[in-house]
Amino acid sequence: MVTDWSYWAVQTLNGLQLSMLLFLLSVGLTVIFGLLHFVNLAHGALYGLGAYIGISAAAATGSYWAGFAAAPIVVALTGMLLYLGLMKRMRQAGPMNQVLVTLGLIFVFVDVFRLIWGDLAIGTAAPAIFSGRSDVFGVVYPTYRLFIIALGAIVMAALALVLSRTQLGAMIRAGVDNDQMAACLGVNVERIFFIVFCVGCALAGLAGAVAVPVFSAHPDMGTEILISTLIVVVVGGMGSLRGAVAGSFLVGFAQTFGAVLVPEVASLLIYALLAGVLVFRPTGLFPARA
Amino acid sequence: MLKTITGAVVCATLAVAASAPAAAQDYKVGMLLPYSGVYAALGKDIDEGFVLALEEAGMADQVEIIREDTEVKPPVGLAKARKLVLEDQVDVLVGPVSSGVLGAVRDFVDQTKTPIIVANAGNDEATGENCTPYIVRVSFSNSQVNRPMGQWMYDQGIRKVYTMAPDYAAGRQQIGAFAEAFKAAGGEIVGQEFTPFRTTQDFGPYLSAAQATEPDAVYVFYAGSEAINFVKQYDAFGLNDTATLHGSGFINSPLYVDAQGPAAVGTVASLHYIPTLDTPENKTFVEAVQKRYERTPSEYTVQGYDAGRSFVEAIKSGATDKEAIAKALPTVEYVSPRGPVSIDPATNNIVQNMYIYETVEGDDGKLTQKLIGTVENVKDPVNGCEM
Repeated sequence: MVTDWSYWAVQTLNGLQLSMLLFLLSVGLTVIFGLLHFVNLAHGALYGLGAYIGISAAAATGSYWAGFAAAPIVVALTGMLLYLGLMKRMRQAGPMNQVLVTLGLIFVFVDVFRLIWGDLAIGTAAPAIFSGRSDVFGVVYPTYRLFIIALGAIVMAALALVLSRTQLGAMIRAGVDNDQMAACLGVNVERIFFIVFCVGCALAGLAGAVAVPVFSAHPDMGTEILISTLIVVVVGGMGSLRGAVAGSFLVGFAQTFGAVLVPEVASLLIYALLAGVLVFRPTGLFPARA
Repeated sequence: MLKTITGAVVCATLAVAASAPAAAQDYKVGMLLPYSGVYAALGKDIDEGFVLALEEAGMADQVEIIREDTEVKPPVGLAKARKLVLEDQVDVLVGPVSSGVLGAVRDFVDQTKTPIIVANAGNDEATGENCTPYIVRVSFSNSQVNRPMGQWMYDQGIRKVYTMAPDYAAGRQQIGAFAEAFKAAGGEIVGQEFTPFRTTQDFGPYLSAAQATEPDAVYVFYAGSEAINFVKQYDAFGLNDTATLHGSGFINSPLYVDAQGPAAVGTVASLHYIPTLDTPENKTFVEAVQKRYERTPSEYTVQGYDAGRSFVEAIKSGATDKEAIAKALPTVEYVSPRGPVSIDPATNNIVQNMYIYETVEGDDGKLTQKLIGTVENVKDPVNGCEM
C-alpha cells in the first residue's frame, strides 16, 4: 500500500471530481422526480446530447467556451420541447408508462446521435487556460479536473441558495412537499414544474459539455452514465437536493477508492452501497418527504 | 389449353429471368459483422475492405454478398450464422469482429463444414485449442500483436513496466502475452490493473495508482472510446512526462487518433498494419481506399481486404464448393498491403509482420504513424491446436 500522503490526496481529488460530475447529472433528475413525480430515464441521453453539442460548438468556433455555453441552452430547449410534447401528457400516466416512454426516448436519442455524429467516439480538448497541471498544496493534479470540482461546488452552492433563500425556492419546496396545497396558496405549480424541468435538463447538458475534455462522446454514453446517476438518486433519496449531494459524494468516493483499494470488486461496490442503503433506509438517506 | 401453354411459357420465362442473376453470381459470401452498436465502425471498415478486394479482382459481379448484423452478441451471431448457412446457403462466412461471436459459431461452422474467414476476432483459442480446419484467420491473434513488444521494449532499455487493460478475455490475453515475453526478456512487471470493461470512463484513480509505482513505461490494451479516454487522461495526469505509453496498436488506431489529439503524441505501439507503411502494395492500397471511400484505411479495412483477397486467391486456385474453399484458404500466400502474409497450416492463423510505430505530428499538423521497428513473420505457437 502506498504510504505517501500526496497519493491519497490525489485520489481524494479524483473522488471529488467524479462526485461533482455525478452531482451535476443527478440533481436535475432528482429534483424533476421530487417535484413532478416523473421518472425521466432519458436524462442520461440529455447528458449525451450536451456532450455532442459541446463538441460541435467548440469545433465550429474553435473555442471550448462556445460549447460550454451552447450545451445547456440547446439541451434546455430540447427539454422544453420534450416537456410540452410528451412529458406534460405523461405526468398523470403513472410511473410504469413514464419509464417505458422515457426508455424508448433513450433509443431514439442514441440513433439520432448516430445519424448526426456517427458511430465513432469523438472528443474535444480542454480550454487552454485549464490544460496542463496545477500544484495544490504540493499535490500535482490536472487543472481541468480542478475546474470540474470548482464548477460543481459553485452549482451546488447556487442551487442551495436559490432553494433556501429565494421566493422561487420557497415555492419549489412547497411544491415538492404538497403540490395541491401549494396550488391552493396561489403558487403556479405548473409553471414552476416547467422551469425546474428545463433547469434540470440544462444542468445535464452542462455536465455533458464539461465531461467531454475528459471523456469522449459516443452514442451510448448517456446509457452508460444512467446507472450511476440512478444509484446516486436512490441512495440520496429521491427528490431532494441534500440527497443528491450526499449520494454523489458516496457513489463518487465509493467508485474512486473502490478502484484503488479493492479493484477486484470495485464495479460491484456501488451496487452493494445501493443495497445497503435500501435495506436500512428504503427511502434513501435524505428523502424529500419524511 | 392455350391459357395453360401461355401460363407455362410465362412461368418459364420468369424462372429464367429470376435465375439469370443467380447464374452470374457464382459464389455467395455471408458477412457476419456488427453493422450497429459499438463496433459498427469496425464492421463498416471490414466490409469496405472486402468489397474493394473483390472489385480489384474484377469479381464483384460473380459474388453475392449477404450481410447480417451480429451486433456484439454471441447468440445473435450464432443465429445469423445459421441463417446464412442453412437458408442462404453461403459458400463462406466472413467475420466476426467479436471474439465472443467467433466462440459461439465455432462448433456450428465445424459441424456444417462451412469455412469462415476471420476478419477481426483475436481470441487465441480460435487458432489454438479450439481450432478447426474451417476457421482461417487473416486478422491477428491477441498474443501475436503483443508478444513481440516484450523483447523489443526490453531492448530499448525499459526495465519496469506497469500494465493496464479492460477486464475481459481479450484484455487478459493481450496483456498476458506481453507480460510473459517481457519477463522472459528480463524485465519486471511492477503492477497490473484490469479495469471494469465498458463501465470505466474515468481512469483517474487507476492512473494515480500506476504513477505511484514509478514505472519506466506503461503498457496497455484499450480500444474504441476507452482508448480515447485513456490516452487523454494519461496525458492530463502527466504520466507522459515520466513513463512512455506503450501498447498494442489499437490504442492509436487511425479511427480514433484524431479524437485523442496531441495527447497521443509519443505513444509507441505494435500492430500488424499502419497506413504509412512505405511499400508499393500499401501505397496502391491507400490510394485505392482514398479514391473509393474518401478516407485513410484502418487496420480493419486491411483485415477486410485480406479476407476478400484470400477468398479471391482460393477461388482462383480452382475451389468451387465449401470443402474446396476450406482446403484452399490455408495455402493462400501473397504480399498484402501489410506486408507478406501466409497462413500457418498448423493453426490456420495468419503469419505476418508486426510494426512498431510511434504516433507523431506530421508536416500538416495531423497525427500520423512513424515506423520505428519491424518484427518479421510473427507466427503463433501451436497452443494445443490439433487439426
